[in-house]
Amino acid sequence: MATQSATLKSKEELIERLSKPEVISGSEILLRSLLLEDVDCVFGYPGGAVLYIYDAMHGNPDFNHLLTRHEQGAIHAADGYARASGKVGVCIATSGPGATNLVTGIATAYMDSVPMVVITGNVMSTLIGTDAFQEADITGITMPITKHSYLVRQVEDLPRIIHEAFHIANTGRKGPVLIDIPKDVSAAKTLFKPVKEVSLRGYNPTVNPNKLQVDKMIKAIAEAKQPLILAGGGVVYSGAHEELLEFVTKTQIPITTTLLGLGGFPSGNDLWIGMPGMHGTYTANMSIQTADLLINIGARFDDRVTGKLSGFAPNAKIVHIDIDPAEIGKNVPTDIPIVGDVKTVLTLANKLAVRADQADEWRASVQQSKAQYPFKYIDSDVELKPQWVVEMIHETTGGDAIVTTDVGQHQMWAAQYYPFNKPRSWVTSGGLGTMGFGFPSAIGAQMANPDRVVVSINGDGGMQMCAQELAICAINNIPVKVVILNNQVLGMVRQWQELIHENRFSHIDLAGSPDFVKLAEAYGVKGFRASNKEEARTAWEEALRHPGPAVVEFVVRRDENVYPMVAQGRTIDQMIMGDAE
Amino acid sequence: MKKHTIAVIVNDQPGVLQRVSGLFGRRGFNIESITVGTSEEQGLSRMVIVTTGDDHTLEQITKQLYKLIDVIKVVDLSANAMVARELALIKVHAEPASRPEILGVVETFRAAVVDIGTQSLMVQVVGDTEKIDAMIELLKPYGIRELSRTGVTALNRGNVKQ
Repeated sequence: MATQSATLKSKEELIERLSKPEVISGSEILLRSLLLEDVDCVFGYPGGAVLYIYDAMHGNPDFNHLLTRHEQGAIHAADGYARASGKVGVCIATSGPGATNLVTGIATAYMDSVPMVVITGNVMSTLIGTDAFQEADITGITMPITKHSYLVRQVEDLPRIIHEAFHIANTGRKGPVLIDIPKDVSAAKTLFKPVKEVSLRGYNPTVNPNKLQVDKMIKAIAEAKQPLILAGGGVVYSGAHEELLEFVTKTQIPITTTLLGLGGFPSGNDLWIGMPGMHGTYTANMSIQTADLLINIGARFDDRVTGKLSGFAPNAKIVHIDIDPAEIGKNVPTDIPIVGDVKTVLTLANKLAVRADQADEWRASVQQSKAQYPFKYIDSDVELKPQWVVEMIHETTGGDAIVTTDVGQHQMWAAQYYPFNKPRSWVTSGGLGTMGFGFPSAIGAQMANPDRVVVSINGDGGMQMCAQELAICAINNIPVKVVILNNQVLGMVRQWQELIHENRFSHIDLAGSPDFVKLAEAYGVKGFRASNKEEARTAWEEALRHPGPAVVEFVVRRDENVYPMVAQGRTIDQMIMGDAE
Repeated sequence: MKKHTIAVIVNDQPGVLQRVSGLFGRRGFNIESITVGTSEEQGLSRMVIVTTGDDHTLEQITKQLYKLIDVIKVVDLSANAMVARELALIKVHAEPASRPEILGVVETFRAAVVDIGTQSLMVQVVGDTEKIDAMIELLKPYGIRELSRTGVTALNRGNVKQ
């Protein structure tokens, strides 16, 4: 406790010191403003246009900056930091190529509504538009993938813009905000006074729902014989996991959570029936198709969830709760729209909610289906099965790890075989499906949660898109446990080519990949390899015990597929159940 | 597919036109015409966009526009009585012999001749889109050498509450 009050005091002192009005440079203003926004770690990469900003960091003991080895690493790390903490992730890059290297990461955050403030440098104001060295119109390039963006023209605007950017990023439907700062603006000096108010006439997210609509939902629940809840990332983002649990407990309605909603509801609960959609559970998909009331809470009816839209939830009255009015009715016609913050809506709903009494038969049949159709795979004692590896990771971490993934088969196996019980323990690129995301996002998640075990599950393909960030794990002793499920192939592409393109395997062979153990060691990170269950367990347990970062390569069966699977263009009840059936 | 005329009140900021037109492009909404100019309030501009689509599309356009931080208000002008006007400048080939005929057309349409060349007349016409289309059709036989239309600007009539 003594140390805690000391830190608290020093934080107060810091805020007081930073808030003192003073004539300082744009770069100083940026650093002070970020600290005042409670940013405790920034990821970035310097360059010509941000020299003044990096100069201001020099010798600054208050400002914590991690130098990644690629801007893509920096932005995915900032993203992982944001998803795992709920705070705004921040990254900095220089103009031109530095800025354009962020584009994939900005789009990733935008698709999944992750709060981020992205700082880019730009060439001198006087050079903008002249095709100057390392000039790119990054505000123009990123307009479709940011919630909002600023090109700072005058240093006097900087404090207001930074404060607005944080406000916009982390309120309403969250998302990335870009601030582009020309070099001369970061060099210019002005009187800095922290900005505390925000006045944005065109930005007033609706937090409080219309009570009449909530009443309608409550009435619909009372009338429903086959009600189902579909909960998504919005539950996690609004911090509504407790309210959701209360809502489900009161109403006793079965619940399915989307990929981004995993952890928003405890997987151990009897009423949880897994993930829906393309690789969802049989029970979740069939329940959606037979439900007479579908309550969507903070999910956006993504096509990976709905399958063929015209045949989606054909019998259900649709309730849609979302903070973004544009999501309501976008893909699926809605009977009861409720615009508002999920936590606020559920808090209100919980005051009125009663048990769905007419749904006893339905509950029983859903639970029976859940028992009858769990995820299944054929285990092997000869080859290592990726699903088994995921189950082992779950078992050995007690389900308490933060798991980040890359994109592909391993991502789906992680979602299927690692049951999540806590929000913000699952970090994955859902909307954009970004390869290269898994490993750097784990670095950010670990920075936000130094005391938790962070496991990053990757394929051999995606790992090679940002492997260079092993360096920052080694140098800063960031103890991420990197799992590589190596099947020597682009597995999900292989699966589609097998099932949809009649085994025409085109350009999926990843022969020529590095020896991942040696690669790890080359960076000064401990490396392990395992090809059977015994080796796997030994290597993994040793990696977990190791106090620093570790890479564990699991050589798994090449031809394993993810099941169930709904082919694109099919309705979600048309599932291919797979080998285990 | 219906034609809709919407007014979008936006902050007068650099790049706002790009944000709005980019949104239409990215989401596959159609822009038939778009005009921008100052509004009754300093710091705000009024865009008038003519678009086509069903009611669901119009609803999505409105909601997506509201997501832009610089958009203050979106009004479906065509939902109520409105005045919509477009301006066109038409440079029409005009030999001295055909001028009286052309002037007859100009007078009928209450348009105006705003420039005279040795071989041409420049006609200015203001009105709704149909009127301008009709005017152009009538002038076509004489030979239209250059044509420039502004796109539609519009306001609701009387006391329609926005």
